[in-house]
Amino acid sequence: MSAKLETLSQNLQKHLGERIKGQKIAFGEVTIEVDVADYLGAMRTLRDEPELRFEELIDLCGVDYSSYGSAAWPGRRFAAVSHLLSIANNWRLRVRCYAPEDDFPVVPSLTEIWSSVNWFEREAFDLYGIVFSGHNDLRRILTDYGFIGHPFRKDFPISGTVEMRYDPDQQRVIYQPVTIEPREVTPRIVREATYGDVENG
Amino acid sequence: MADIRNYTLNFGPQHPAAHGVLRMVLELDGEVVVRADPHIGLLHRATEKLAENKTWVQSVPYMDRLDYVSMMCNEHGYCMAIEKLLGIEVPIRAQYIRVMFDEITRILNHLLWVGTHGLDVGAMTMVLYAFREREDLVDVYEAVSGARMHAAYYRPGGVYRDLPDRMPQYKESKWKSAAEVKSLNDIRSGSLLDFLEDFVTRFPKLLDEYETLLTDNRIWKQRLVDVGIVSPERAMQLGFTGPMLRGSGVAWDLRKKQPYEVYDRLDFDIPVGVTGDSYDRYLVRMEEMRQSNRILRQCIDWLRNDSAKGAGPVISDNHKVAPPPREGMKSNMEELIHHFKLCTEGIHVPEGEAYAAVEHPKGEFGIYAISDGANKPYRLKIRPPGYVHLSAMNEMAKGHMLADVVAIVGTMDIVFGEIDR
Repeated sequence: MSAKLETLSQNLQKHLGERIKGQKIAFGEVTIEVDVADYLGAMRTLRDEPELRFEELIDLCGVDYSSYGSAAWPGRRFAAVSHLLSIANNWRLRVRCYAPEDDFPVVPSLTEIWSSVNWFEREAFDLYGIVFSGHNDLRRILTDYGFIGHPFRKDFPISGTVEMRYDPDQQRVIYQPVTIEPREVTPRIVREATYGDVENG
Repeated sequence: MADIRNYTLNFGPQHPAAHGVLRMVLELDGEVVVRADPHIGLLHRATEKLAENKTWVQSVPYMDRLDYVSMMCNEHGYCMAIEKLLGIEVPIRAQYIRVMFDEITRILNHLLWVGTHGLDVGAMTMVLYAFREREDLVDVYEAVSGARMHAAYYRPGGVYRDLPDRMPQYKESKWKSAAEVKSLNDIRSGSLLDFLEDFVTRFPKLLDEYETLLTDNRIWKQRLVDVGIVSPERAMQLGFTGPMLRGSGVAWDLRKKQPYEVYDRLDFDIPVGVTGDSYDRYLVRMEEMRQSNRILRQCIDWLRNDSAKGAGPVISDNHKVAPPPREGMKSNMEELIHHFKLCTEGIHVPEGEAYAAVEHPKGEFGIYAISDGANKPYRLKIRPPGYVHLSAMNEMAKGHMLADVVAIVGTMDIVFGEIDR
């Protein structure tokens, strides 16, 4: 681990301490997990503390873990994962926050802390149905007006549920249930851990 | 007194200055913008969801179609994320080729930007000049990959093949006379590197030409100076990256600060703006083209020298990731098996998550990939720079006149392929 990552993880321990529920360093990137209750406070510390100083929120996305790996996923289903960047200190951090309820996932909104998160939260709401409490404009953003469902959830079919066509009888465009058969060209395969390993493969 | 109400105006999605399919609901008080609400998603193709249902390599061509004016940079970010997860090294020659094509792409992107931005604010000639030079650069794309736009040239572990020895030639037609064809083919008679060297020599002078058209042009300045000012603090709050951030005076460039590939061996400067208005962003991008030209020159010299010594490999020799060469496949059982497994099942990427970012012409283009050990990504998040910039539309346009909205859309350099994904 490089000296820079060492400093970053020490600073994280110093300023967040108990609030870090899980920390991992892999591929030169630091990932921390925080509880929903500590989320806003921890994020504010990450932005304002000079030893951390993450001025920019680069990205926030929803993740649906429900079909992860070959075994059943043990934890919570939805998470909001954000990527922070510190320009002053030149380091990055990934913060993951699981939504406590699977049926109605709610995570606090970060719009008060970083303005850039606005559209990212709208996107995660649109695609995964994660509700960001405190967001004052949580509309759908990428899908069609009047779209039903959250298309990036793992149980949403890739073909969608409705298709659009011009109906010559009614002389207008209508929606109807999809008529295409689901198909998979290359099946999804999870091999044993050493399969893709460059050294031991 | 008469009741005066704000006027709501639909800008786009079929407006030529909307740079694609931007629909913007503008609330106007007379001619002054009170609120701008961009409606996006008209070009949403669910690239990320499609990628979850394809093997890792099959998604490379989708990346071209994100930001369809800087194709290879998107591929680069995607390949880097996979390489990070796999932990493989890219051969040095491939790294130079990638950097060279990233910079070609940057020039391609900025040329299109300066052309269309000119069109937006009424400088009709600029786009003609810009496309003249773009033509040469898409020819380079064509020579190396066979496609003039959607190249699909980068692969996890390197690039698809080495640089070709000859350029595609023009043929006589009813639009091009024999004399014209001859002059076009003359500069295309050598290898790709010869042609590119010729371009690199010509290009600074052409940039000067563009600048005589725009930089001190009174109308151009009237339309851009003090329009859409963003302070450095706000720029960071709003998540700006790339020229949008540098235009506000923050010296931040991933090529310098978090160097990837061989950028740390190359000599170039990072231009930074002062006031953070549209005019500064214009100056930053013009200077970036000059710097890209410098990088191109260094890459050409290195690659030429390397070719003279006997060119090294351009893709990883790890056959669990990159397919073996054709000859090996025909004579060697093991390599045949590798080829078969790669082409039917694809790469298996070890479990984990990684974020890889490149300095894309528009800003930071990032790929956040989660793998659960399968031959397909579990989750792929694309971080498009234009999406973040467009989300600042309301803040930047507020208080400006309706005509300035067009200038602000232009200065953001937005492309809907990446915003809507």
